[in-house]
Amino acid sequence: MHLFLEQLLNGVAIGSIYALVTLGLTLVYGILRILHVAHAAVYTVGAYLGLLFFKMSGSLLVGCAGAMAGCAVLGIAIERLVYFPLLKYPPYVPLIASIAILLALEEVCRLVAGPYILTFPAELPFPSLNLLGVDIPSSVMGILCITAGILAFLWFLTTRTETGLAMRAVSQDLTIADAMGINSHAVVSFTFAVGSAIAAVAGILVGIYYNQVYSTMGSVPAYKTLAIIVVGGLGSVPGAVAASLLLGIAETLLIGYAHIPLPRDALAFLAMIAVLMWRSEGLFGSR
Amino acid sequence: MNAYVVTVATLVAIQSIVACGLNVVVGYAGQISLGHAAFFGIGAYASALLTTKAGLTFWTALPLVIAITGLVGLLLGIPSLRVRDDFLAITTIGINFIVEAVFLYVPFFGGALGIGGIPRVTFFHVKMKGLPYLYLCLAFLALVLLVCRWFTRSWAGLACFALREDETAAASMGISPVRFKLLAFVLGTAMAGLGGALYAHFMRFISAGDFSFPVSVMLLSMVVLGGMGTLWGPTLGAVILVSLPELFRPLLEIRFLIYTLLLLLMIRFQPGGLLGEASLVRRVFSRLMPGKEAPR
Repeated sequence: MHLFLEQLLNGVAIGSIYALVTLGLTLVYGILRILHVAHAAVYTVGAYLGLLFFKMSGSLLVGCAGAMAGCAVLGIAIERLVYFPLLKYPPYVPLIASIAILLALEEVCRLVAGPYILTFPAELPFPSLNLLGVDIPSSVMGILCITAGILAFLWFLTTRTETGLAMRAVSQDLTIADAMGINSHAVVSFTFAVGSAIAAVAGILVGIYYNQVYSTMGSVPAYKTLAIIVVGGLGSVPGAVAASLLLGIAETLLIGYAHIPLPRDALAFLAMIAVLMWRSEGLFGSR
Repeated sequence: MNAYVVTVATLVAIQSIVACGLNVVVGYAGQISLGHAAFFGIGAYASALLTTKAGLTFWTALPLVIAITGLVGLLLGIPSLRVRDDFLAITTIGINFIVEAVFLYVPFFGGALGIGGIPRVTFFHVKMKGLPYLYLCLAFLALVLLVCRWFTRSWAGLACFALREDETAAASMGISPVRFKLLAFVLGTAMAGLGGALYAHFMRFISAGDFSFPVSVMLLSMVVLGGMGTLWGPTLGAVILVSLPELFRPLLEIRFLIYTLLLLLMIRFQPGGLLGEASLVRRVFSRLMPGKEAPR
């Protein structure tokens, strides 16, 4: 029972990280209808920037803030320079552009930081906890608390503020939102900035959790998060979070208890295809 | 020609064949596919297994290989009937990852070791390697291009174009989306199977990594870069994308970065492809030779 609970907790932690990466992707898809594969590269850059600023300042908070700012700028640059001019083309054009950005950014990371796996020697400032006899290490506590905090912030932002109202309006209809006096381009850029800053946090958390930062750390999340947003229903934020947690738990438990002859990364895609064939709008999506 | 140039040229010819197959699915029928490397791989593995384990020759195995790949293409084309656009793109990515995982984890397919010792192609008891094999690949490429040309002028091709432009309108005119989408999938994947067989007997060793998702991206890039739905576009794309990394070899470390940046710039400023409507090539051509039409 203990082992099971600990596995479950690990699953939730991994699911939370998936959720943080997926959030940005869902926000972008909801607003521009673009599959932003390069988001995973933003996450990788976030991990590197976080490590850089952490090493320079010695403070994790400074590292995190620096990475978030850097990634927000990167996200806006990608949106302004590449996606926005390509919006009038069929969806595969921005998708290929996005994949090209992903590969290019990975190469930049490899060339700048070197082809080695770097360590991230930081401790998350959260206490470890012993709940009902189950040890919750401080890294897991940190991931859970930070994810919960970011989700609460996003909920507040989208439902309780005027900016959030504008975001929802733009995601429903960009042209009409423009006609109602909303500066839709600014809203789109703001969405990219928020999503990219969250990706930076996810990158840093992964770096600390596994104590590894390397240039191709975004390759697997890049496509797995696509599967997640499809299962959750494209563009639905609660759906994306639920699907992320579900996948994190399913992966950990199935690998731990059932002997499946396939790697865990293929599992996400199998689940995705099953969901698509059964309910093509996703678990939480609506037509 | 030295051996190096022949090797690169052979790879260009093989990739052109596979890209032409993808063009049938994406360019003619309008079904986005980011998993074409899976079918390339299925062709390669089928040919490798039939020749090393079942003892067939390349020529007796080839019809079987094409039939197997076309059949799998028919099965995996069924999702395209349920989902469209973005969803189909992600589904095909998923298919690619699953097929690669099956090759990598099922011992029957050689697992992580791959399949080695694939025999060379013999033609009237002469082993083909180097230049003769290049000619063989070019002959198959010519055949594939002929089939593509015939397809675009046939009734089935017209039906596919109609589906690509507007599925609902085409269906209301009595064109069956099921039939013609699946037809395009079978034709396109069969060409990928042919390319896979040629690849397996050229490299003589294959492993799952040769058919991973980045290869699919590369294939789709070839089609988009050359010009979707054009006849020569995929071949032009293959020539550019296979030979560029070779030309960039002196740049050593940064060659892959330059390559990805070029891809990004091309898709950003020429999203219709080099041979597509209103492209740079087309405009320059009509300026130089007024009244004539550029090849497509």
